[in-house]
Amino acid sequence: MNLETVITHSPALIVAVPLLGAFLTPFIGKISDKVRNVFVILTVGLTFFLVYLLASDVFANGIRIYVFGGDSSVIVSGESTFAIRILFEVDGMNAFMAIIASILAIASVIYSWAYMKENTGLDKFYTLILLLIAGMFGMILTGDLFNFFVFLEITSIASCALIAFWTNKGKSVDAGFKYIVISSIGALFVLFAIGILYSQYNALNMAVLANSIQYTFLDKIALGLLVAGLAMKAGIVPMHMWLPDAYGKAPSTVTLILIGATQTSIYGVLRVTFTLYGNQLTSTLKQIGNTSVTMNWILGIIIVALALITIVIGVLMALKQTDFKRMIAFAAVGEIGYIFLAIGSVIISYGQIIANGNMDLTGPAGMALQGGIFHIINDALDIGLLFLVAGAIYYSTKQTSLNEMGGLARNMKYTTVFFIIGLLAVAGMPPMNGFASKLLIYQSTYLVNPIIAIVAIVFSILLLAVFVKVFHSAFLGPKLQKFKDVKEAPKSMLIAMGVITFIIIVFGLFPNLVVENIIQPAAKAIIDHSSYITTVMGGVLP
Amino acid sequence: MIYNIPYFAVVALILVGLYAVIFKRNLIKIVIGISLIESGVNLFLITLAYRQDSTAPIYHGSGSRIMSLPVPHALTLTSIVIGVAVTALMLSLIIHLYRHYGTLDARKIAEEEE
Repeated sequence: MNLETVITHSPALIVAVPLLGAFLTPFIGKISDKVRNVFVILTVGLTFFLVYLLASDVFANGIRIYVFGGDSSVIVSGESTFAIRILFEVDGMNAFMAIIASILAIASVIYSWAYMKENTGLDKFYTLILLLIAGMFGMILTGDLFNFFVFLEITSIASCALIAFWTNKGKSVDAGFKYIVISSIGALFVLFAIGILYSQYNALNMAVLANSIQYTFLDKIALGLLVAGLAMKAGIVPMHMWLPDAYGKAPSTVTLILIGATQTSIYGVLRVTFTLYGNQLTSTLKQIGNTSVTMNWILGIIIVALALITIVIGVLMALKQTDFKRMIAFAAVGEIGYIFLAIGSVIISYGQIIANGNMDLTGPAGMALQGGIFHIINDALDIGLLFLVAGAIYYSTKQTSLNEMGGLARNMKYTTVFFIIGLLAVAGMPPMNGFASKLLIYQSTYLVNPIIAIVAIVFSILLLAVFVKVFHSAFLGPKLQKFKDVKEAPKSMLIAMGVITFIIIVFGLFPNLVVENIIQPAAKAIIDHSSYITTVMGGVLP
Repeated sequence: MIYNIPYFAVVALILVGLYAVIFKRNLIKIVIGISLIESGVNLFLITLAYRQDSTAPIYHGSGSRIMSLPVPHALTLTSIVIGVAVTALMLSLIIHLYRHYGTLDARKIAEEEE
């Protein structure tokens, strides 16, 4: 049992460990609450360690494949080969997403220790948290479309039950119901698209599909359904109304993991457009005179338009909220708009990247891709930190309405510091990580169209205004009589916030290191679909 | 033409389901709508598997015969199981909502303060 064996089997273990932990949690909960909490933290910690091992190996040695029930990803019988085995594949992008998911997961379970202490039914709570983590890792690591759908549904069911965890509050249950309606319809769209693809190519394996995709009329419908279904779960504007409710009404620890689940859907969009349809993305739809309307242009314009509306609506709605968590949730909608803005501009200028055949990442399109991918992790950390701060305030004061708060900086010193760092990071102020990724997005979108970049910058500044207002009304001002006995948040919550703050500051101070070591491999992996196909199929293409 | 009828049924089921989800206010009807979409998708998968004059995909030593595809059947089974779980979860949430607000009207629930 040396390290190499562990790394070889780690793609399966990363899903299996939290899944097994989920089933054991209720039994261990019978012993005592403390033992159960330690067990859950150890389970997630072990997963984190496995992700670390796997990611460092993938960044060093390239794509890893894990085939269930066999050595090769295809079955050869006589003349014909069938690619029907289920497989996990891990390239730079998957490893990158797994890192985000594991950071959020471990921060969330540490934070839960104190935050959820006074609730009953915690055995179920931790079981669902571990199920959600397992589903998230499954979505990230799988290389099979149907498997992706199954894990998508596991994630939806677990997160819906967690959003509605406080069943004594009607609005939480309402938010959970909205979430499950949207996400199950989204998942059914995805399943329908999978059916369309299967009917044409007799395969569910992403690499096989990507290799043989022809870009027929049915494929266009499938692409639309896949992007629409996943964008619904990511909370882009016409389908964003579940997100403020779900983020705002769920317990803060759940919100932190939900952010991860949302990011995973964004990863799904990236994987579908760039890997699955990578071969055919620049195919011409219609020839008008000398200009040819290409697929990537249309798709890119649609995504950029939706992303801009998302940013505008998210930030403007955040301005007028009086509920702390709901305000952060709308800011989260806006931040997702930034990610999609970057993805959209990459898709528009996709021709530039593949023009020379050598996957050039130094041009504006490559920069946009790096900015978008960098912003995925920054958004998760910044918005996550703000939600944890909101949770700490709720824990200490039992308030979420900003009108009721005031003078909290006098009682909650550390929380105040964490909030300042979070607000600077979300608004993209220079020393923090948000600045590094937003600058990349501004620079690259400016080259697509200056107006996009101007809108993006203006609304980023408005976001700063939103949170400065919060800072003023919640933390500054005289000490209120009713908050006389308010204490600082418990240690476990401070540790979780501290870990995330530390990562934010490190990312902000050394963005070059992060971009070179984590972001660029991820960007290369997502854009280089041909090496994905050849590696997964091992040269034996059916 | 006759073989296309299931596909028309699929489209009809999904559209009726979407109509129910978007325009109906009663929460139970929304759940019914989602179940209809799900049935439409399942019917689609099953229809994909069928080949003209095919038998069930079980080998019984009779040499080469046309068989329907087994993989979509497996997908449909999985999808049905997931669908049951989702429906059960949604109905249990509706029970909680009804206990809390005393109504199943989505608009009335949205108007409530807490």
